[in-house]
Amino acid sequence: MTEFIFYFFAVGAVLGAVMCILQQNAVVSAIWLMSTMFWLAGIFLLLGAELIGILQILVYVGAILVVFLFVIMLLNLTRAAPDIRGPVSLGTTIVVIGLLILELAALWRYTPRRLAADIAQSPMLADPSAVFAAGDLSRQDAVARGVVGALAAPLFQTYLVPFEITSILLLAAIVGAVVLAKRKI
Amino acid sequence: MPTTSFLGPALGLSAILFSLGVAGVLLRRNAIVLFMCVELMLNAVNLAFVALAQLHGASGYIMVLFVMTVAAAEAAVGLAIILAIFRHKQSVDLQNINLLQG
Repeated sequence: MTEFIFYFFAVGAVLGAVMCILQQNAVVSAIWLMSTMFWLAGIFLLLGAELIGILQILVYVGAILVVFLFVIMLLNLTRAAPDIRGPVSLGTTIVVIGLLILELAALWRYTPRRLAADIAQSPMLADPSAVFAAGDLSRQDAVARGVVGALAAPLFQTYLVPFEITSILLLAAIVGAVVLAKRKI
Repeated sequence: MPTTSFLGPALGLSAILFSLGVAGVLLRRNAIVLFMCVELMLNAVNLAFVALAQLHGASGYIMVLFVMTVAAAEAAVGLAIILAIFRHKQSVDLQNINLLQG
C-alpha cells in the first residue's frame, strides 16, 4: 500500500514538472510547479521526514512560489508567442538528459544493503544498520525527543556556525533585493 | 519496523526531477520559468538529501534546511534582478537580454 502511494506521488511530481516546462503561460507553469512541490512534500512524509515535508509546503509553496506569482503579476506578461528554444538547444538538452538518465538507471537499483556493501567494501551484502549507525541513532533520538527536538541539537551544536552564516546570507539577500528593485536609491 | 524505505526509487525520482529542471533551463527563454526550473532542481536535491538522511542521520535534514534558505534568498534576489531588467527592456525573454555579449 505504501509503495502504491509512493509511486502515485512520484508520478504526480514528474507530471507536474513536465507540465511546468511545457506550459507557455508563466502562471500555469507556476501552478504546475506548486503541484510538484505538494507531491514532493507527501514523499518527504513517506520517507520519514515530517518536519521537512511541512517546511516544504510552508517555505516553497507558501513563500517562494507566492513571490514568483507576485512578480508574474507585476510584470503583466501577456505575450503568447512560444518561447521554446531552437534545435541546437534541443539537441543539447537531449544529450544532457540522456546522460542523466544513465545516472538514474544506476541509482534506481540502489538498496540500503547494496550501498552499505559498497561503502564497507565487502564482497557480500553488508548489514546496513551496522555500516550506517548514525541513521539508527537519529531515529532513536527522534522517538525519544520528537521529530523537531532531534533536529534541534545538531542544528545548534554541530552546525551552529553555518546556521549563523545563513542569517548573514538572508540579511544580504534582503538588502540586495531592496536595492535592486528600487527605482532610485 | 523497516529501517529505510524507498532509497533507490527516491534517488531515481530525484534524478528524474533534476533532469527535468535542467531541460527546462536549457529549453525555455522566459527568465521567470527558468528560475522556476532552478527551484525544481533544488527540490530534487532536497529529495536526495532526505532519502540518504534515512541512513546518515540528522545531518541530511539540516542540509535541506540550508538549501531551502539559499533557495529563498536566491528567489528574492533573482526576481529583483528580473524586475530591474524588465523595467529597462520591457521584456523577460532571454534573447533580448544580451548586455554582456560585447
